[in-house]
Amino acid sequence: MSERNGEVRIGVYICHCGVNIAATVDVRAVAEYAATLPGVVVARDYKYMCSDPGQEMIQQDIRDHQLNRVVVAACSPSLHERTFRNAVERAGLNPFFFQMVNIREHDSWVHSDREAATEKAKDLVRAAVMRVYFHKPLERRRVPVNPDVLVVGGGIAGIHAALTVANSGKRVYLVEREPTIGGHMAQFDKTFPTLDCAACILTPKMSAVKEHPNITLWTYSEVVSVDGSVGDYRVVVKRKPRYVREDLCVGCLQCIEACVFKEAKFDDEFNLGLSKRKPIYIPFPQATPKVVVIDPEACIQLRTGKCKKACLEACAERGAIDFEQKETYEEIHVGSIIIATGFQTFDPRRMPQYGYGKYPNVYTTLEVERLVNASGPTGGQVVTRDGRVPESVGIILCVGSRDERTNRWCSRVCCMTSLKLAHLIKEHTGAEVFIFYIDMRAAGKGYEEFYQRVLNEGVHFVRGRVAEITDWAMDPSEEGKLIARVEDTNTGFVRRIPLDMVVLAVGLEPQFDALNVQRLFGIGCSMDGFFLERHPKLAPSPTYTDGIFIAGVCQGPKDIPDSVMQAGYAAAEAIALADTGFFELEPNTAYIIAEECSGCKTCIPLCPYQAITFNEEKKKAFVNEVLCKGCGTCVAACPSGSIKQNLFEDEEIFSEIEGVLAYA
Amino acid sequence: MPDKPKVAFYWCASCGGCEESIVDLAEDILEVAQAVDIVFWPVALDFKRKDVEAMPDGSILATMVNGSIRTSEQEEMAHLLRRKSQILIAYGSCAHMGGVPSLANQFSREQILRYVYEEAPTVVNEQKVRPQPRHQYDGTALTLPEFRGLARSLDQVVEVDYYLPGCPPTPKLLKQAVLTLLSGELPPRGTVLAPDVALCDQCPRKETKPTDLQISEFKRPHWTQIDPEKCFLAQGVVCMGPATRSGCEAQCIQGNMPCTGCFGPTSRVRDQGAKILSALASPISAREPEEIEKILSGIPDPVGTFYRYSLAKSLLRAKVTR
Repeated sequence: MSERNGEVRIGVYICHCGVNIAATVDVRAVAEYAATLPGVVVARDYKYMCSDPGQEMIQQDIRDHQLNRVVVAACSPSLHERTFRNAVERAGLNPFFFQMVNIREHDSWVHSDREAATEKAKDLVRAAVMRVYFHKPLERRRVPVNPDVLVVGGGIAGIHAALTVANSGKRVYLVEREPTIGGHMAQFDKTFPTLDCAACILTPKMSAVKEHPNITLWTYSEVVSVDGSVGDYRVVVKRKPRYVREDLCVGCLQCIEACVFKEAKFDDEFNLGLSKRKPIYIPFPQATPKVVVIDPEACIQLRTGKCKKACLEACAERGAIDFEQKETYEEIHVGSIIIATGFQTFDPRRMPQYGYGKYPNVYTTLEVERLVNASGPTGGQVVTRDGRVPESVGIILCVGSRDERTNRWCSRVCCMTSLKLAHLIKEHTGAEVFIFYIDMRAAGKGYEEFYQRVLNEGVHFVRGRVAEITDWAMDPSEEGKLIARVEDTNTGFVRRIPLDMVVLAVGLEPQFDALNVQRLFGIGCSMDGFFLERHPKLAPSPTYTDGIFIAGVCQGPKDIPDSVMQAGYAAAEAIALADTGFFELEPNTAYIIAEECSGCKTCIPLCPYQAITFNEEKKKAFVNEVLCKGCGTCVAACPSGSIKQNLFEDEEIFSEIEGVLAYA
Repeated sequence: MPDKPKVAFYWCASCGGCEESIVDLAEDILEVAQAVDIVFWPVALDFKRKDVEAMPDGSILATMVNGSIRTSEQEEMAHLLRRKSQILIAYGSCAHMGGVPSLANQFSREQILRYVYEEAPTVVNEQKVRPQPRHQYDGTALTLPEFRGLARSLDQVVEVDYYLPGCPPTPKLLKQAVLTLLSGELPPRGTVLAPDVALCDQCPRKETKPTDLQISEFKRPHWTQIDPEKCFLAQGVVCMGPATRSGCEAQCIQGNMPCTGCFGPTSRVRDQGAKILSALASPISAREPEEIEKILSGIPDPVGTFYRYSLAKSLLRAKVTR
């Protein structure tokens, strides 16, 4: 080997990571051990290798000791591999003469036995030393980046991201699966803690999207396939038939008036079934685009073909209604993608003790948002399903949050939402309002102040998780009421609190089809099912797939300001990528040695990126290195061992295995 | 003719097919015999071990040993011939990779002896007598070679210079090898004297392999009418061709039988069986465990299928029975 690559001179650096590593691993002992390994010229430990002095130490040693290989044992390569490669490169060495060893996540953080953890660190370092010996100089390749951006999801996060990118002069495709953009925010009445009306701040942004010359808005549409990679994603979008031509409809709504259904009798999704709509409808008056849609499940013409089609007559002049409309597919090319697909609320039927679906006067927070809204199903009158103005209302927190039986995470918005609704209900009805809580979480600008305000308004706070909601009255005062049975942990009593209306503060969950979206775009998700960011602190919007960013609640529960901030961040990343104009690819790609390839075609269908093609003339397979993401599938599968992968060549991997298994 | 280079042939745990392949040189054997002196070839010429022992070390130019190494005697002969020869060639799959005899490495020595001498359906052995390495008979000590725990390839016992692959190697490869040796232009030590590209490269059915191979059923060759024009894998018949070195000129394929892998893997592969496994696992069209199980039931003996000739040299090497 040394004949081929000259004399190998390795520097090994063991990071303390403060006490993250040093508390569990004897870093000094690991460095001393590393110094004894063949080829190692210098081995040191240092408090923070990633800091300036740490990087400078490596660079100095490269100069002083003519190092030509560097191993750093520290944290995860996903955090600092690039940092150290760059440091090595600045000292004049090819950055791929560097190997990183993870002795934090893989060692100190998961072990408590100091001696064993130290031995493990030595094993891992030895493996890296033996591997780096065989490293070759590699070049990063650049691929051009298409400046166009796809935004998936038209809630507040998607809207904000789309507008920000579009304002920078880039073309944006905004794809929303519902007939209108707006998302959950459009359903809210007011927003905490300032109580400005959601519609007043959202709808101007919605129309800005519609009017923006750089935004192509496709509602009632879904992404069905994603190919390619950073810089050049090829995306196919399915545009579902709304049976109304978007280019002709002006939103006059006369068709709705004319529909043969004189009474609206189908559940109105926007109002969560609290009101009814017709088969031809518009989700809400400010829907964007302001285009009606026909529900094929409800429409007589679409179901049976035997309707007198009054809507068609009403629209005869414009001819916007088209019962023959079929789904269409649009293919677009974009350089990056922002995913902002939002959330669903917890289905409280999963907690039958609260009687949702059984007692008509048990509501979810989202339903109450519609009830208190002036353009909601009751015109802003808070009345129960049996038509009474409630005199006492109980709001139960953490329904489907912070609960081992359902979702373990805190949904972050329910405390503030409940405080807001308590205030609004009191304002609308003068009812006594009880909030049943575990802990009140009011962290945020102006949030604690709002909490104090609601406290002073006389809302009752009962600390305890409600055991059940029942209609079983124990005395006449409870007749006709819902009773919350709860242990008030502040006083130590079990209480029975009669209520006219119960509101369940339902938590936020990943969308029902989040897993499909995750697979479609090739991104990861964390244990709870929310999409996985590249780093929880330092890269909370990029994903592990280059050129794909996530924003809003699809990444994890957050409120409107946080969603907007993350959306702006995602947009900034997409703009930066587009403005740079190129993306540097990792060189860990696969390549086929043509004279060794037998043309057996085993590799071709295995490539998840369609990077391998069969050359019919030469009867050999070829890897397109721009499309290759370095997953190694073809390398492992090639039955004649004729595919190699940079940074993962056999001798590198086998030496690493020998290194980790060798006994010191 | 004292100046002719000396050549020897020897057999260890083998079937005799490799010896046959030397005879298969037909008239070419005369050409070989003219060029060299065959100093030791137990199957054909009456030389004894003591004759070899009497030769000076390194006096044989090249010895071709076939068969895997299973007994103490074979071990001794391997060491002896190594010492006497300048070039030692592992001849045929068994010497090269352990061959079919090394499939016995799936069983312990005890299991093998018990089955062969006691349990096999054709055996009658009420006293359960087994061969013993030493036995006294009429005051004379009789000995037998010891049966070792594993069948090994030649290079797991002594250093080997070249390999001639195949079960058996083709006469063409043998002739080429002999001519190469005589030419004095030797390839790097450790070379397998056959092309280093997989068999598909030479396969007459190459065109008919689809790029999106889907396997919904594995058929054993005797279960099905094999289309003589179409890629075996496309017919659901396991063919080791993609994972096997070429050089055989696809003789089995031309006889309408799939490749069973006797030439072993290319130089770039450490484990032939693992390679064909990873190549065959992905095209299986089923996604549910039960369906996959059903498809895999078409390969009742995976080790015997994927490691037929290479178990001793594979990463698996043997099964440990405790």
